[in-house]
Order: sequence, then C-alpha cells, then structure tokens
Amino acid sequence: MIDYSKILNPVVTAMKPSGIRRFFDIANTMDGVISLGVGEPDFQTPWQIRKAGISSLEQGKTKYTSNTGLYQLLEEISNYMERKYSVTYSPKDEIMVTVGGSEAIDACIRAVVSPGDEVIIPQPSYVCYEPITQLAGGVPVIIDTKAEDDFKVTPQLLRSAITDKTKLLILPYPCNPTGAIMEREDIQALSDVLEDTNILVLSDEIYSELTFGTKPHAAVASVDGMWERTVTVNGFSKAFSMTGWRLGFVCAPKEILKQILKIHQYAIMCAPTTSQHAAIEALKSCDEDVKIMVNEYNMRRRLMVAGFNKIGLSCREPKGAFYAFPSIKSTGMTSEDFCEKLLYSKKVAVVPGTAFGNSGEGFIRVSYCYSTEHIKEALSRIEEFIKEI
Amino acid sequence: MKYEILKLLARNARLSSEEIGTMLDIAPEKVDAAIKELEHDGLLRGYKALVDWDKLDGAYVSAIIELNVVPKAGLGFEEVAKKIMSYREVESVYLMSGVYDLNVVVKGKTLQDIAWFVARELSTIDSVTSTTTHFVMRRYKEMDVELVSSDEDDRGQLWI
Repeated sequence: MIDYSKILNPVVTAMKPSGIRRFFDIANTMDGVISLGVGEPDFQTPWQIRKAGISSLEQGKTKYTSNTGLYQLLEEISNYMERKYSVTYSPKDEIMVTVGGSEAIDACIRAVVSPGDEVIIPQPSYVCYEPITQLAGGVPVIIDTKAEDDFKVTPQLLRSAITDKTKLLILPYPCNPTGAIMEREDIQALSDVLEDTNILVLSDEIYSELTFGTKPHAAVASVDGMWERTVTVNGFSKAFSMTGWRLGFVCAPKEILKQILKIHQYAIMCAPTTSQHAAIEALKSCDEDVKIMVNEYNMRRRLMVAGFNKIGLSCREPKGAFYAFPSIKSTGMTSEDFCEKLLYSKKVAVVPGTAFGNSGEGFIRVSYCYSTEHIKEALSRIEEFIKEI
Repeated sequence: MKYEILKLLARNARLSSEEIGTMLDIAPEKVDAAIKELEHDGLLRGYKALVDWDKLDGAYVSAIIELNVVPKAGLGFEEVAKKIMSYREVESVYLMSGVYDLNVVVKGKTLQDIAWFVARELSTIDSVTSTTTHFVMRRYKEMDVELVSSDEDDRGQLWI
C-alpha cells in the first residue's frame, strides 16, 4: 500500500484550508440562504470588452503570446499606470501580464524569498500570502493591524516586525476584508522606516479602482523612495468585473521583473490570449464603465455601513474594496459562532473575520457585491437575529 | 442631486427617503424636499409597480398600433393624440418619426378586446387614415427589468 502521508509535501498537508470554505459548504446544504459572502463583482464584464474577446476568437487569435504578454497590452498597462497612478513602468522590461493577480503574488514571493527569509504580512488580509510564503520556505511574520488605526500598517507596527532576516513586506491595500486603504502620507511614513534597508515591498493593489474617498488611490510605488523597492500587483478582475478571464499584471524594476518572468515562463508560459485581447479594450475605452460601477458600489457601501450601525453592530467606514467589516463584539460571541448561528437561524451567510487571520476575531466580513434589495433583505434578517439573541 | 434621486427612484420607487439619503450621502429631509419639488415640477409623474402580467393567465394582452393620421391645421397631431389618450384601454401614445405617425400601446384582457377597440374606436376617428396592429407575444424586458432571466447567482464559491 502506498503511504501518501510519506509522499505529500508536509508544508502543504499542514496548510489550513480557507476558513471561508467551511461556511459555503454548510450554506450549500440549506435552502433559501442569502449570502453576503461572495468576493467578486455582480456586474457583467462590460459588453465592449466581451466583444473584443469574441472578435479576437473570430479572427483566430488563439496562439500563445510572448511570455510577458501582448506588447500592445503592456503599452496600455504602462499608459494606465501613468495616467491613473502617476507611476512609470516601461512596457519593454518592467511589466508582465499574469494569470490574475494571484499568479503575480505567487511568482513575486517565490522570486524574492529564500528559505528562512522573513515576510511581514499585515492581517486581517486576503488569505494567500501566508501559505505561499511557507511554500517558498519563508517565515511569515504576522502584524496585527487594529480597528483603532483603521486597519492600517503604522510605522510602529512595521518597525516592531523588522529583523535582519526581513526580506519582504506585503501591503494589501485597499484591503480585503477590512476595506482599509493607505493614504499617501501613511505610505510615506512606512517609506521612511524602510529607507536604508534591503526590504522589498509587494503591493497588492487589485482593488485600486475601488476607493471611495475624495483622494484618488495612492499607489505605493508613486511615493517617494518606494519605486525601487516595490513590486506592484494589479489586475482586471475587480475593476473591470473580469474575474473569470483570469488576468492580472505585475510591475517592478527590471532587475526584479526579470526573475519573476523566469518563474512565469516555466510555470505558466503566458496569460490567456483571448483575455489579453479583451483587456486591451478594457484599458482603452472603459473608464466610464468603471465609474458607473464604482458609483454603484459606493451607494451600496453607504447603505450597508448605515445598516450595520443602525442594527448596533458598529461598522467603520470602509474606504476601499467592496467589503465592510463590522464588529460583532457587542454580541459577546466569537466570529465563528456568530456566523454559524446567523447561518442556521436566519440563513444569511457571512464570513468570520478569523478567516483572514486571528486579528479578525470579533469581526465579520460582508461583501456588497449584491443588489440593494439583496443587501436590504440580508440586513433585515441580521437585525432580527440581533434582536433575538 | 435631483438627477441622482430620479435615477434611484426610476430603478426602485419603493426606496425610502432615508435609504436614498444614505446611498447619496445627503440628509433625508433634503431628499424629501427634492422629491416634493420634482413632483411639483412634474418631473416625477407617478410611482407604479412593474407587474409581469404574463404570469397571470387571461389577465392581460397588449398590442402596439401604428396609426397614420392627417394632422389638423394649427393643431398638428395634438387634437387626435389627446382624443386617443383619453381611452382607458390606451397605455401610451407617442408621436413618431418615420413611416407612420402615432404609436399607441393598447391593453385588454383578450386579443378580441383589442381587435374590437381598434376596429370600433381608433379606426373610426376621422383623421386616422390607417391602422396596423401588432400583438405583443412575449415580454422579455420591461422598464429596464429582465422578465425572463433567472435570479440565480452563478458566481463560483471561491476561497477569497
């Protein structure tokens, strides 16, 4: 008999499955469940983007592209980064098209981290940074961001986590699940801490289009002193409602990009060709579509935040992404307990904050990628739940 | 602000002033005042339910009637349009560009109702020179709402 336990990679077998998964599994066995759990847009990909994809298929453009991606797309990305975020990356050797932002994160961490290197990961945050670091033999150093700091990485938090083994800092802003953003001055303060170190930054800016303040999104690489040490990850999924097209990109100084490219070259070869043709159209002509979607998210966001505060679950204003992160501490329940009871008694699926790190305890993540009617119904069920406990 | 309020109400007339205020980040009293003004100025003409009558057998059929009309000197199409819109069977009346003049949507309980109405009422109006009746067979989308799509959420359940 083959003994799988001796074959499989212990780093992988020790990985915890995502905490979100468990709730979907329970919800799936029940009828009439309404969810606030989904982390992707409910909008269709704008028609002209789909049309560009279809048209590329009709023209038979179904071969591999170059490893880094279609040159026209690289140029459009370069323009976009300049136009939107005032950062300059050359389409020649500083940009690469990837299979979603996810591949970019994976390839970047693998290109940078050697066994024993420390990677600073702020939490609560998206679930992938820790396991990918571990796979690369790196050591995750978790810093717990706090509600009273609006879930930002402060210079104090960063300083306390840096050792002589620190190789990489992850900056996941705008943040899933907290909705936190880092303003230019917040990033500048971190830049001052990092000055004269050899620490790189992986800035996951996949939600960069979805910010709701008066100031535009501040790209980490656009802050003084950051460009040379920053790998910027972004993509098409959230901004252009293109999740299923699996398309992202990574921008970095050419010395770094060269190494990331090798991993991409061997593991992936190139991002999907049809999606690349569609993405050119997205960057060229969809600013207006993005604006309409962002405006819609903004209205739902306000509705949701006001709703939770009215119910008595205090909810800070999320300034980015499409999640709110209300506190459930007033109920005295743990996050897991709250979510499970809410699901069983009112058939509303939300995600416990602990799915995004221990510091998510006392919070739940709710997505507003739903119609206002759906959000209102969910809120009214949650209100009933709170009244009954 | 008024335009934003109109857009929201056009999508869902049951939103409360408080909800509209929250969504647009303005005080509910301001929303109330704006709605009053919009009603007074005649921009907001009513609040009606969007009913999928096809789900109720025998309750509703409709037809689009194309009318050719001889306009009256000094009055144009106003006089005949006013006469036509006064019938309770008539849902809407539009003056059209192109090969015919008036587009009239007529509703009834049966095809027969509509046929009689066109024959007895519309086609006998003096200035009406011809009518072409198109019965509506299926309504796919009405007032921005898809009537035939399923509400199922087809998003995959991912670990994100």
